[in-house]
Amino acid sequence: MEKPKKVLVIGSGPIVIGQSAEFDYSGTQACRALREEGVKVVLVNSNPATIQTDRDTADYVYIEPLTAGVLERIIEREKPDGIIATMGGQTGLNLSMELARKGILKKHSVRFLGTGADAIEAAESREKFNRLMEKIHVPILPGKVVNDAESAAKFANANGYPVIIRPSFTLGGTGGGTAYDETGLRKIMELALRLSATGEALVEKSVIGWGEFEYEVIRDSRGNAQVICNMENVDPMGIHTGESIVVAPSQTLSDRDHQVLRDASLRIVHAIGIEGGCNVQLAMNQDTGDYVVIEVNPRLSRSSALASKATGYPIARVATKIALGHSLPEIRNAITGTSAAFEPALDYCVVKIPRWPFDKFPKTSRVIGTQMKSTGEVMAIGRTFQEALSKALRSLEIKLPANLNPDEHLYPATDLRVFALLESFRRGKTVDELHQKTRINRWFLSRMHGMIGMERRLQKEKMSRPLMLDAKRSGFPDAQIAALTGVDELAIRSLRKSMGVVPTYKIVDSCAGEFAALTPYYYSVYEQENEALPLQGKKVAVIGSGPIRIGQGIEFDYCCSQAAFALRELGYKSIMINNNPETVSTDFDSSDRLYFEPLTFEDVMNIIDNESPDGVVVQLGGQTSIALADRLASAGAKVLGTSIDGIDIAEDRERFRELANRLKIPQPQNGTASSEAQALEVASRIGYPVVVRPSWVIAGRAMEIVRSDDDLRRYIHEAVDVSQKRPVLIDRYVDNAIECEVDAVSDGTNIFIGGLMEHIEPAGVHSGDANIVLPSIRLTDAEKKTIVDYTHRISEALGVVGLVNIQFVAKEGVIYILEANPRASRTVPFVSKAIGIQLTKIAMAAMLGGKLPKLKPKTGHFAVKSVVFPFLKLMGTDIKLGPEMRSTGETMGIGKTFEMAYYKALLAAGIRLEEGKAHSAFLSVRDEDKKDVPKLAALLKTLGFAIYGTLGTVGSIPGAITIPKIGKGHPDAVELIESGTITLVVNTPTRGGAANTDGFRMRRASIEMGIPCITNISTAHELLKAMGELRKKELDIRRVDEYAN
Amino acid sequence: MKAVLALKDGTVIHGTGFGAIAENVGELVFNTSMTGYEEALTDPSYAGQILLMTYPLIGNYGINGKDRESNRIHPPGFVVRELSRDYEHRQANASLDAFLKQSSVPGMQGIDTRFLVRHIREKGVMPAIIATSEKDIDVKRLVERMNRFDYSSVDFVKEVTVKKAQVLNKGGKKKVVLIDYGAKAGIARELVARGCEVHILPASASAGDVKALEPHGVVLSNGPGDPAILKYAHETIRGLEGYRPMFGVCLGNQLIAHAFGGDTFKLKFGHRGANHAVLDVKANKTSITTQNHGFAVGKVPKGFEVSHINVNDRSVEGLRSGNKAVFSVQYHPEATPGPHDSRYLFDEFMKMM
Repeated sequence: MEKPKKVLVIGSGPIVIGQSAEFDYSGTQACRALREEGVKVVLVNSNPATIQTDRDTADYVYIEPLTAGVLERIIEREKPDGIIATMGGQTGLNLSMELARKGILKKHSVRFLGTGADAIEAAESREKFNRLMEKIHVPILPGKVVNDAESAAKFANANGYPVIIRPSFTLGGTGGGTAYDETGLRKIMELALRLSATGEALVEKSVIGWGEFEYEVIRDSRGNAQVICNMENVDPMGIHTGESIVVAPSQTLSDRDHQVLRDASLRIVHAIGIEGGCNVQLAMNQDTGDYVVIEVNPRLSRSSALASKATGYPIARVATKIALGHSLPEIRNAITGTSAAFEPALDYCVVKIPRWPFDKFPKTSRVIGTQMKSTGEVMAIGRTFQEALSKALRSLEIKLPANLNPDEHLYPATDLRVFALLESFRRGKTVDELHQKTRINRWFLSRMHGMIGMERRLQKEKMSRPLMLDAKRSGFPDAQIAALTGVDELAIRSLRKSMGVVPTYKIVDSCAGEFAALTPYYYSVYEQENEALPLQGKKVAVIGSGPIRIGQGIEFDYCCSQAAFALRELGYKSIMINNNPETVSTDFDSSDRLYFEPLTFEDVMNIIDNESPDGVVVQLGGQTSIALADRLASAGAKVLGTSIDGIDIAEDRERFRELANRLKIPQPQNGTASSEAQALEVASRIGYPVVVRPSWVIAGRAMEIVRSDDDLRRYIHEAVDVSQKRPVLIDRYVDNAIECEVDAVSDGTNIFIGGLMEHIEPAGVHSGDANIVLPSIRLTDAEKKTIVDYTHRISEALGVVGLVNIQFVAKEGVIYILEANPRASRTVPFVSKAIGIQLTKIAMAAMLGGKLPKLKPKTGHFAVKSVVFPFLKLMGTDIKLGPEMRSTGETMGIGKTFEMAYYKALLAAGIRLEEGKAHSAFLSVRDEDKKDVPKLAALLKTLGFAIYGTLGTVGSIPGAITIPKIGKGHPDAVELIESGTITLVVNTPTRGGAANTDGFRMRRASIEMGIPCITNISTAHELLKAMGELRKKELDIRRVDEYAN
Repeated sequence: MKAVLALKDGTVIHGTGFGAIAENVGELVFNTSMTGYEEALTDPSYAGQILLMTYPLIGNYGINGKDRESNRIHPPGFVVRELSRDYEHRQANASLDAFLKQSSVPGMQGIDTRFLVRHIREKGVMPAIIATSEKDIDVKRLVERMNRFDYSSVDFVKEVTVKKAQVLNKGGKKKVVLIDYGAKAGIARELVARGCEVHILPASASAGDVKALEPHGVVLSNGPGDPAILKYAHETIRGLEGYRPMFGVCLGNQLIAHAFGGDTFKLKFGHRGANHAVLDVKANKTSITTQNHGFAVGKVPKGFEVSHINVNDRSVEGLRSGNKAVFSVQYHPEATPGPHDSRYLFDEFMKMM
């Protein structure tokens, strides 16, 4: 095969549930693997917070919406001769298939590299797949592809309930579910058919309770195939593998069992004709040994990212080499320098646990099942299962409910099941009882039972070196030993060290020590030999951001990875500490040394003790790393950048208020309250509306805008658990104001303002959920000047060295400061891409004492950041926005005009209103927005929309069709939305959180129908304006570097 | 229970004992398979070798009595990071601990096995002694005993081969002689599965003994020890030159080299596991293979070509004679434990007969 010259790599777009940072990792590896062979890379992704969209990673970077139309334009411009379909998740795969189906690839002579269209089709179409499996004698579940509920019911009646329903070509099981009876089946089918890309869904007999296994297979074009990793789900069938606790390698399969599943996996990839990576999911009845194949993913996946990090085998890299025509024995294993043709051998145990967003969505059900709800995951490595499990649990960074009733979480399972299992053992339940209840393999349950046994020993026995060693080898953190023995953590830490019980670090080398490793990574255990001798030379440790969660997403991993790259350029060795298996930061060659460890004080400090780095970077890993700063510094770590005191001033509301007063910077009036009475007193002093929130939170968790004493009382009782130690913060809410923010870098003397951004929504929508434009479009020059001035004053006063993000509101010429965070914000990648300057890199240099260079940001264009929400995946959640962040990911649109940038950002975020189609909008807004309706209606009319609405909203709009309130006549709003008549909903919610209002039902209906629903009048207005401007105009598609003047 | 492992170079490791109370000498070797401990323990090729598993959790699925390559445990000692005392599998009928106890083999756990692996990787395999006891163990005495042990001078084949001839699947369509140098049961199983009548002969069988049975083909099995010292085997194999199709497995491959004028050398720490890729030179295709050998073919005998090579260290993994009547592989096409990728070699052998 002739090597291609230029290859198109499609990214996966914004982070959504089921598609997270793993595709930045796989795409980035693919780009590097292509470029090291001199192949040029055209990279398209709408997500700016990705390493793959850096100019250092790809040759031609397009940050543009991921649609077939846009991709065709890029193909026309760049004329690639190859495309790799398998690196951008389901998004990249579906788009590549669409380009193939539409004949676009053929027309432009672009060929598939690696796994081709026929193979993808054979794996993804249930019917073809099932036929193929029959041919090669691999058992499948009894199932039927249907395109209506009737046939599904017929199948279920014939084969028996429960049945599992899966729509074809969807992500993370969206729209699927388990039906236990016909009513349930009809309900699930309705949604499944609507969401299926092909209008078909698979109904399958359920094998709930069988063991679930995954085989990550790689195959080259010569037909050499091997299994990189097998993984076992601790949670048996019935829970999506992305929602399961997963262990690698399998623990309960005999070699005979393993070879049966391995043989089946290899037969499958041969039959499909995979040329690259493939994930095979299998179920085995562990009482009989029967097995079935559940499904395959003919691409890189979340599981393949996990398998790569669990084994050290870079699957994406090798898959890319295969796509270029190389065979496995020719490819080099970058970890050991030996051939890539081998199956990794592990000499440790890996545990992955998903991270769920239920803390952000208290009203949605915590039950987990066949559809993904988690946003991210953690991975931990140990020499025993207990050790790995324990490390993974503390990597989650979650707080357990105070009184966990285990019976509520065991079956059906919730996100808290593992904690419930441990608690059940504590309360005397047996392995058999819990096996009966959950079907979890007794071997795993026995290990968990053993962990409780260790707790008992710690409570009863006198502390000794053997006991301490046993506890550490079972994974117990100092904090837990301290709690069980009634002393404080630091006392245990010094006792432990005095006993000589300190961690040793072992290598992940893909070969169980058989060969020397060239680029290994490390994990801690309590054993004899420490393989991590301190790195030689100048070195800096970067503390990562842990699992992807709402409020702390891929942006921070981007910053940490950038810091590692910058350190190399600055002549320092980089030491990365993180626990997220999906990310670029935990790739084996992103840093000089990687520690795959939990991000607690103990685990991080142990590494610092081992390495004695010249500095520790805490300002890039979000709340996770900055929260460690104080304790690390007290323990002797050299924290780089802004001082601990500076960080404290920014985070302590009282100290910050004093600072603002001293600097004469206006602040919305505010106060702190640690009781209901105090809260009411503060509120009456500063006047409603007020913003209330707990004092120490990530991304506005439990934050609310409150407008009366009654609301405030309700909030105090329901939403938060106020106490002396955990006061609430109360701020005056500045109504109808423009919110804006600044990302800046300081070297301690000079400050570089990377961007002054403006929120399109009025103040009050969380900055992480707001649509943001750079540069500002409404602020006056005087206002901008004031903001710049305040940024300088605040940064200087806080002693900022490195990054700082400051949030302001502008109202009637007055600039109020809301908060300052002397750390990386989630807009750092967005700003960096917009201005063509990598802020993290210059911040890293500043932290090491460098002076800011002369910088010239690119100008002459607009950049808009938009966001995506997980509402579809989380049933029963209202989609309205407020001061609590709820988005999972972001998109970026760039244009020569604001309208173009804004429209593309929204298009990338999935707000799609195709041209040439009849459109109808449904309007229903709250009273305070009604004054804006005529303007909105006029815009809609110009755009050719038919207008529907409630009497209160559109009663005075000529030509609008008035619809009765829900349930008060037919068709009502929900019926209209569900019938497909409506293509755009604008509904601005009233206050209060009730889940049964008309507005709530309308918003849910539109989410489930997959039509845009805009809940903010400003967003709607700007969107329609942009559409008006762009009507009949072609989208502006350019490389990132072509936008600037 | 206490346990001590002492190595020839002076390294002494204290750990926790399990299995039987005993003390045994052997060459310390490591295996990187993550499953298949019952098969490995019953593999006669481990005679004279203390077996260390690199995968840290061993015993999880118990012992079932079916996944056996012979009727007893062969390694004189077993070393793991963590023995799983609870086990869970539908076929299991005993714990690993009980199996070792019943077979009078000492086990050791709770130690840094990865340290030992790296140590052997750097220094090469070496003699060792393992001892378990409820009381304190006298290390000095152990070391003295170990110092008298020389792996390469012992004919382990004699200890593990069948005492007299056996026949399996009488009336099978092809008659095959399997010379047992310590054969894994899997070899005969594969032959029987293909309809062969299998005559298992002791390692001391002469060429005349083989010819007397008038077989369609001859299989030379795997087995323990240094192939260079098995002069009687070399002679038998030489005596079968040009007689019938001959297929060698593992030790069988090394014996063919010696018999026809080639030689073998000792690898620093051997290949033991289920994950090495072997390249079939002619087909230009790889297979993932089960390996268990401490020696490799050095000088290739005249009239033979190298049919397979190891993709990592390029060592000889297969030989084939010019007239194709004799072929052999250094790895284990019968698998158990390990991948089934190479079973096709038995089909090729069938075609030759």
